[in-house]
Amino acid sequence: MKRHLISAADLTRDDALLILDTAEEMARVANRPIKKLPTLRGRTVVNLFFEDSTRTRISFEAAAKRLSADVINFSAKGSSVSKGESLKDTALTLEAMGADAVVIRHHASGAPHRLATSGWINGSVVNAGDGTHEHPTQALLDAFTMRRHLAGAPDGGPTRHQDGPGDGTGRDLAGRRITIVGDVLHSRVARSNVHLLGTLGAHVTLVAPPTLLPIGVETWPCDVSYDLDSVLAKSDAVMMLRVQNERMNAAFFPTEREYARRYGLDATRMAALPEHAIVMHPGPMNRGMEITAEVADSDRCTAVEQVGNGVSVRMAVLYLLLGGNEPALSENRTEENK
Amino acid sequence: MVDDRSTPVRPVLEAPDIARVLTRIAHEIVERAKGADDVVLLGIPTRGVFLARRLADKLAEITGRKTPVGALDITMYRDDLRLGPARALARTEIPGDGIDGRLVILVDDVLFSGRTIRAALDAINDIGRPRAVQLAVLVDRGHRQLPIRADYVGKNLPTSLRETVKVQLAENDGRDCVLLGVKPGSHDE
Repeated sequence: MKRHLISAADLTRDDALLILDTAEEMARVANRPIKKLPTLRGRTVVNLFFEDSTRTRISFEAAAKRLSADVINFSAKGSSVSKGESLKDTALTLEAMGADAVVIRHHASGAPHRLATSGWINGSVVNAGDGTHEHPTQALLDAFTMRRHLAGAPDGGPTRHQDGPGDGTGRDLAGRRITIVGDVLHSRVARSNVHLLGTLGAHVTLVAPPTLLPIGVETWPCDVSYDLDSVLAKSDAVMMLRVQNERMNAAFFPTEREYARRYGLDATRMAALPEHAIVMHPGPMNRGMEITAEVADSDRCTAVEQVGNGVSVRMAVLYLLLGGNEPALSENRTEENK
Repeated sequence: MVDDRSTPVRPVLEAPDIARVLTRIAHEIVERAKGADDVVLLGIPTRGVFLARRLADKLAEITGRKTPVGALDITMYRDDLRLGPARALARTEIPGDGIDGRLVILVDDVLFSGRTIRAALDAINDIGRPRAVQLAVLVDRGHRQLPIRADYVGKNLPTSLRETVKVQLAENDGRDCVLLGVKPGSHDE
């Protein structure tokens, strides 16, 4: 049984659809006067954040609290980690406190995997972003947002922007063309999205300057292009990635202005998109860099909606991992994640 | 709820019986609710939802008004969630005007331990404050584990715990009938 959510690549199509369909029901709870369910009463979820995060941490916290779980927030700053405590000792401490799930964000790729496979803790491990590796719940909320817009109409097609998102329950993203633009090299969001969108049947194209593409990208299940304008006209969704200056230790492009001109999304480029296409951004946005303020504030940009969907998707993940006596997600695809 | 592994053997209600029973329940609702003008029907997925819709149609024939009908998924409120893997959720659909101050009638196919209805009462509590809550079931098979009773019963079916009761409805199963089967070592819901 899959006890952990470490990588979007571990999810089968059935797992992914179960999570997205469950999230659709969770989203409806958000419209009620009492936005709370008793389902995880008495369970403890620890948010273990070794790296700064606003939306992911509060999103997991809101999700756990709406399911009535007890939430313990742990951030490396101001904790014993700054005194030199190891991941192992931190994990043993959490285990002693009875954590049923540990949501971990770490600057080192593979830290959640280490935590899940080490035997240090018995609870479920949910990866909330590890280094430049993966961020599976972000990919799930992106897919959820895409499904609501691109497969949300009653006939299974795209919704109109003025109608807002629809209900895509039971549907996948077969045949949809998704373009992911920008700093793929440092992006765990891009990697998780490529895997999950592929599983859901979508066709992904990565667009970036060659210096911002990871080595081995040709083995990923996607296309690669260096020219944004040539792919816009046949994109159902464009996802703009943040240029991660804090991870850049070399000159990856000549100037910010040149990057914005070649790979930024402005109103002219947005006009080249098909009528139904949406613009996505995982946040936080660098306005004027990868996206102009005009695009970010248009009704085609789903950045704010993605944040709201993040709570629903994380509720679904926590419910499916912790709600029963064993997780509802299928046997793992990979050996190491048992 | 009924176990799918059992082998149904004997039909106890056929399609015409079910239609007659629902017509009678609809008349009882109108009589007891004095015209049924503030009734909201909430079906419990899966088959309770279909029964609630059929009752709403019958009520419309009797009163000439549309009765609001919805669905109430109780999965997240079950007391046995930790006895198995997390279950897939069904859709909760509350009619537009809500349930505050209305007479909510819960509709389910089989009343057995009463635990489903307890969960439904908890779920209602999170959605609004009805004037009153009543319960309509197609079959009451007894063996209650909680102090819960139905206000409208299609058929009282005395059973032993070794027996299974399976309701089939055309919307979901292709035909209307209630089947009584035997499952050795059958287990409460």
